[in-house]
Amino acid sequence: MAVDKPYLNIPGTTVFDTDQAAKGYYLNQFAMSLMNAENRERFKTDEAAYLEDWAMTEQQRDAVAARDFNQMIELGGNIYFLAKIGATDGLNYLQIVSSMTSNDAEGHAEMMRNGGRTPEGNRYLHEWEGRD
Amino acid sequence: MARVTASVYSSHVPAIGVAMDLGKTDEPAYQPLFAGYEPAREWMSDNTPDVVILVFNDHANAFGLQMVPTFALGMSAEYEPADEGWGPRPVPAVVGHPALSAHLAHSVIQDDFDLTLVNEIPVDHGCTVPLSIMFGQPEAWPCAVIPLFVNVVQYPVPSGRRCLELGRAIRRAVETFDDDLDVQVWGTGGMSHQLQGPRAGLINQPWDNAFIDRLVEDPEGQAAVNHVEYVREAGSEGIELVMWLVARGAMGDLAGGVAPTEVHRLYHVPASNTAVGQLILEDASARP
Repeated sequence: MAVDKPYLNIPGTTVFDTDQAAKGYYLNQFAMSLMNAENRERFKTDEAAYLEDWAMTEQQRDAVAARDFNQMIELGGNIYFLAKIGATDGLNYLQIVSSMTSNDAEGHAEMMRNGGRTPEGNRYLHEWEGRD
Repeated sequence: MARVTASVYSSHVPAIGVAMDLGKTDEPAYQPLFAGYEPAREWMSDNTPDVVILVFNDHANAFGLQMVPTFALGMSAEYEPADEGWGPRPVPAVVGHPALSAHLAHSVIQDDFDLTLVNEIPVDHGCTVPLSIMFGQPEAWPCAVIPLFVNVVQYPVPSGRRCLELGRAIRRAVETFDDDLDVQVWGTGGMSHQLQGPRAGLINQPWDNAFIDRLVEDPEGQAAVNHVEYVREAGSEGIELVMWLVARGAMGDLAGGVAPTEVHRLYHVPASNTAVGQLILEDASARP
């Protein structure tokens, strides 16, 4: 019997489950290696060379190079691991998180100050049909 | 004998720690939140326990994907703050209580919870931010802390029911420890927030407030709520709130005693991407 995944019908959301973790294992482990200050320096000096040590897919490498966090998450990344890439770039969580939304960082921060994104119209996939 | 005197519930938003570390707590974005924390800090200075059992989740700072324990108990004498990518927080090391950890391990595992025991592990903002919120910026934390890690990062995560039952088992364990200790159980994380994808930034104030009400008044009912409701209503990272049920499970009313006394409640939006909650429940047995 297949695993029941009732969370698949939530829009704009990728739940980091064991299947995602299997896809993103080396992407996440690479990102976690940036907890170490020396590794952050090595990565900043030559990103491509640093990534050669990790058995990631081409798509995952491209997503890292482009700092496309939505794409990294789709390819098995988890935000707490990926945040270390943002930290290495000198970004905070607000900046990292806003990059995945249709807002820029200031627009996102303003939305948060105004109470955040409402759950109304944001609970089910069908509510997002017809969006870009 | 040791006793559970209170449970404390708190968000552990990293930005709250950053605001304290960088001296920004008087800035307009943070002043109302820190003013709201004052009553909790006053209560805590009058009610500092000997030991806090601090329930939180690691955020890919101690556990990578090599090992994903569902429940892991710290056994050490000391835990260093982790470097999460921005450098370690400038906060004191967390001093543990190895004797109580060992007793908890024996009692809780024999009580059918298959804990992972961890002898060497750093602690991240999930542990240090609640300590900063409750204790401010002391040279050393004023009590021992036993970290209890819950996996809420990689699905499957434990059910609310299981978290509540773990809290009950922790209470039974504390009450059979021979030393005369006041112990608090802290449940941390949440409230509503989502840090990923185009839906990031989700906040659900009615749901959060209903969660606190129900946690206080009907913990068994809240424990029966399934994961997908947390994710759909409170955001993908809002699932952290199941950890509040561990602390709630350690209150005496769930072991045949009377209901705890609510002494403080705070709800604030936002800190960075997150809705912030704080709650203190005194165990009835703590007051003669």
